[in-house]
Amino acid sequence: MKRTQIYGLMAEFDSPTDLVVAARKTHEAGYRKIDAYSPFPIEALSEAIGFRWNAVPLVVLVGGILGCLSGYLLQWWIATVSYPINVGGRPYHSAPAFVVVTFEMTILFAVLAAVFGMLALNGLPMPYHPVFNVPRFAFATKDRFFLIVFSSDPRFSSIGTRSFLESLAPRSISEVPS
Amino acid sequence: MDDPTQVEVGEGRAPVIEPGHTFATITDKISSIVLTRPVSNGWLFGFGLSFLITMVLLYAIGYLFVRGVGIWGVNIPIGWGFAIVNFVWWIGIGHAGTLISAILLLLRQSWRNSINRFAEAMTIFAVACAGMFPVLHLGRPWLAYWLFPYPNTMNYWPQFRSPLVWDVFAVSTYATTSALFWFVGLIPDLATLRDRAENRAAQIIYGILAMGWRGSARHWSRYETAYLLLAGLATPLVLSVHTVVSFDFAIGIVPGWHTTIFPPYFVAGAIYSGFAMVLMLAIPIRKFYGLEDFITARHLQNSAKVMLATGLIVAYGYGIEAFMGWYSGNRYDSFLLWNRLHGPYHVWYFSLLACNIFFPQLLWVRKLRTSPLGLFIISAVILTGMWLERFVIVVVSLHRDFLNSSWGMYYPTRWDWATFIGTLGFFTACMFLFLRLLPGISIFEMRTLLPEAEVKPE
Repeated sequence: MKRTQIYGLMAEFDSPTDLVVAARKTHEAGYRKIDAYSPFPIEALSEAIGFRWNAVPLVVLVGGILGCLSGYLLQWWIATVSYPINVGGRPYHSAPAFVVVTFEMTILFAVLAAVFGMLALNGLPMPYHPVFNVPRFAFATKDRFFLIVFSSDPRFSSIGTRSFLESLAPRSISEVPS
Repeated sequence: MDDPTQVEVGEGRAPVIEPGHTFATITDKISSIVLTRPVSNGWLFGFGLSFLITMVLLYAIGYLFVRGVGIWGVNIPIGWGFAIVNFVWWIGIGHAGTLISAILLLLRQSWRNSINRFAEAMTIFAVACAGMFPVLHLGRPWLAYWLFPYPNTMNYWPQFRSPLVWDVFAVSTYATTSALFWFVGLIPDLATLRDRAENRAAQIIYGILAMGWRGSARHWSRYETAYLLLAGLATPLVLSVHTVVSFDFAIGIVPGWHTTIFPPYFVAGAIYSGFAMVLMLAIPIRKFYGLEDFITARHLQNSAKVMLATGLIVAYGYGIEAFMGWYSGNRYDSFLLWNRLHGPYHVWYFSLLACNIFFPQLLWVRKLRTSPLGLFIISAVILTGMWLERFVIVVVSLHRDFLNSSWGMYYPTRWDWATFIGTLGFFTACMFLFLRLLPGISIFEMRTLLPEAEVKPE
């Protein structure tokens, strides 16, 4: 069998509504390895391509808990074990005074988890990606909307998928070389 | 929520974005400022001037490193002079940026989309200016890293019961969060610049910064979640930062500082001065870059209303301070009030009342709220007033405390002024660079304001 040189087939649309409708139809037709590209976030789009759960909130929660624990334990350990200083007979473990730094560390770790977790889950930074080989794709960051079916999808066939995409009435269809 | 793009003729509310724009025109208009617009003489002059003033700052800092804090007017009893006044003033200005980008995002105030980007940039530069002062005030600024807990051969750790250490954590977390929030917001726009740039160097630089963003639906979904969570985290953070700054004062026993009104009153004052700075930046930016379509009369009016509301909270704070001076029956608190009204700094106190309470009442007048020039002037007045407020809190409280024998006066030196004015230059120089190098208005968030961005039901 000849090895396919195509990364996928990409259809271009004019409006967010067209893209969401097309993405939904593609998913209904049984294609699973698909993706859609838009110049701004479209809430319905990720559901239309069958992407329902993302791990970002969990990562942030774990980051926040770690920050909270490390903030408090750091202060407790310093104030009671490593460097105890008696200030006017107050207890070494002076919990109320530790609230502020614990809070700030919680926020800091959660923020770092949100930013770097989001980037890592998205696989960024990724300087090269085959979709950038399509010249029209430069408009994906301006005013055009793209749908791609990857050639790794079991239902993919360069002729069948192309005619399916044509049935969605896109503005144009391009092959994405791998 | 009402449609933000709709012109409500009956109420006379201006739209958030002028009609007639499409995804393409928004993209072209905002990205052309960075990519194709030639460097104008006005920009060169403005940047050159602020760069010169930045050099004054560097000179003042260099001299400080050589001679020590003795070049400033600080001495006992006024150990916290301009350095802390300017610190509190600058960090307060930063708060409006976070309020606009995080709190208004959570409240679904979509009008914020055209001003959040440069307001966040303003936050970062203001926090950078603020952060300089406590460090320079340390006496041995090169040992500033001692403030952080790290294992060291001296077996020493910071004292976590001190509000000054809390402040280190609050301000450094705030600076980190603001910078990351700003950068995350920039990623899709950097990708737009990468794809629009004609020039190879610009393509490469924006390409590296955009990190290969391609607008995939999966990416957008995680991105939106992360952005919303960041806003949710930044909201309590921004309120905590000025609260912790006010703890620097409120935990002390000096009359005029030791009060529970400080946290809310500091936060309101921060937002008050921050919105004044937003307007002082937005009004010239929209004029010189022709962005009246995106930063409309609606934005100016809304900012003016926020200033009016927070200004009244600040006025309430002054009222309570004065009331408690009388009602507490504490002779030191009553003396503080008397000293503010009749002491050697009474001119500063009355100017503060005029700038922060009296003149801002003009904002009740609709005509002023819609006049860019009027708003610009009133914002300058408010910023001056808020600076005076911090001066009164720091200097007037310290200069006459419990014992007459320890009274004194504070006279700022030319180095105090050079450092303060220098940070103004540094701040404006950073803003000038930002406007030329990065999109000053969030392009992708502006696109979502258009009616065609809505997905219509099938």
